[in-house]
Amino acid sequence: MSGFDKRVYSYEEAMAGIESGMTLVAGGFGLCGIPENLIAEVKRRGVKDLTVISNNCGVDGFGLGLLLEDKQIKRFYASYVGENALFEQQMLNDEIEVILTPQGTLAEKMRAGGAGIPAFYTATGYGTPIGEGKEVRVFNGRHYILEEAFHADFAIVKGWKADRYGNVVYRDTAQNFNPLAATCGKVTVVEVEEIVEPGELRPDQIHTPGIFVDRIIQGTFEKRIEKRTVREG
Amino acid sequence: MALTREQMAQRVAQELKDGFYVNLGIGIPTLVANYVPEGIDVMLQSENGLLGMGRFPTEDEVDPDMINAGKQTVTARPGAAIFDSAESFAMIRGGHVDLTVLGAFEVDQEGNIASWMVPGKLIKGMGGAMDLVAGAENIICTMTHASKHGESKLLEKCTLPLTGAGCINRVLTDLAYLEIEDGAFILKERAPGVSVEEIVEKTAGKLIVPDHVPEMTFD
Repeated sequence: MSGFDKRVYSYEEAMAGIESGMTLVAGGFGLCGIPENLIAEVKRRGVKDLTVISNNCGVDGFGLGLLLEDKQIKRFYASYVGENALFEQQMLNDEIEVILTPQGTLAEKMRAGGAGIPAFYTATGYGTPIGEGKEVRVFNGRHYILEEAFHADFAIVKGWKADRYGNVVYRDTAQNFNPLAATCGKVTVVEVEEIVEPGELRPDQIHTPGIFVDRIIQGTFEKRIEKRTVREG
Repeated sequence: MALTREQMAQRVAQELKDGFYVNLGIGIPTLVANYVPEGIDVMLQSENGLLGMGRFPTEDEVDPDMINAGKQTVTARPGAAIFDSAESFAMIRGGHVDLTVLGAFEVDQEGNIASWMVPGKLIKGMGGAMDLVAGAENIICTMTHASKHGESKLLEKCTLPLTGAGCINRVLTDLAYLEIEDGAFILKERAPGVSVEEIVEKTAGKLIVPDHVPEMTFD
């Protein structure tokens, strides 16, 4: 790595520096747009006591579900964790602390963390168990709760195409949380399907500008489908 | 007769207006898309980041990068837009969605809704439901009027942990269409063949019954 060339050529190099006890934010919604090879590398390294922030926890044996097999996750922030038997088991055994976070709040906490905003007020969750113990303020007659931003040691992100400067575009709904996760990591690692020559991506169509990105790696992806639903052709 | 799931979806679809942006929850709300009245164009918002959700794909069209909020493979219709999760919830929280339809376990006369957890049962998470009920001004809640054992789900006060406080003003059950105003349910329509007495009996919250309660009509 040097200057603006953010390319790395092995997953080992891509995740260099991750340690036990760190906080990891990951893009993806269900299994769509997950950084599947970066997750596999976190598993391979065997780091433990991770705090993980992601909308879901993959499924058994794939995606973030891989990190459950060796109990690498200590605390998990997510909006929905219903697709995963191992997760349920570890939750029931108190082996993993789960902080359920409304989906929009989860996204905004990432965005705020990356944007230098320490906290924000939202009506989401007021009057529910999510609002308990949080500061409440009234604006224009409506109640809002204070939610704090996320900051992560590592952000792991799945893009479609990138250039060596770290400019990234996402494809279809595989975008989801990825551009937000990309902004709130101290070290942001993006794996993409294709690294293209600078200039190939139109500057006005970049989703994640390279300033947010530290490392780029080109990979191959399984892209497993969680709920294949089709109509008769 | 209590409404079928399809009839409930059909009744909700009567509330759609041309040019509406609509978010449909999982279950009966999803079925509403099948009954959009002719001559009306609506855009379906899927909170994972898709405005203009199309039909399910054919086998050849299946694309793992293209899913809906229920994680099913979908397509995008002409005129669709795709964006990140923060922008998606800016639409939702910011009140830009014209109509939200979602299910519930319980609703009460103050407009509180409980739809995401039952203590003692495994908690899976609220997904986007709390943001949806906090952000939308126009929500229709679809649910059965009472449990299998006849216990009302339209209550004076919700017993389950809330999804949102004071945010529901319209409820469609299998027996009736009701509005919530000033701490009471107002009976607006009844399902064909369902008596006002049955609805009164199965509504635990305060219920206002106007002199005339028309039956729902279906095309």
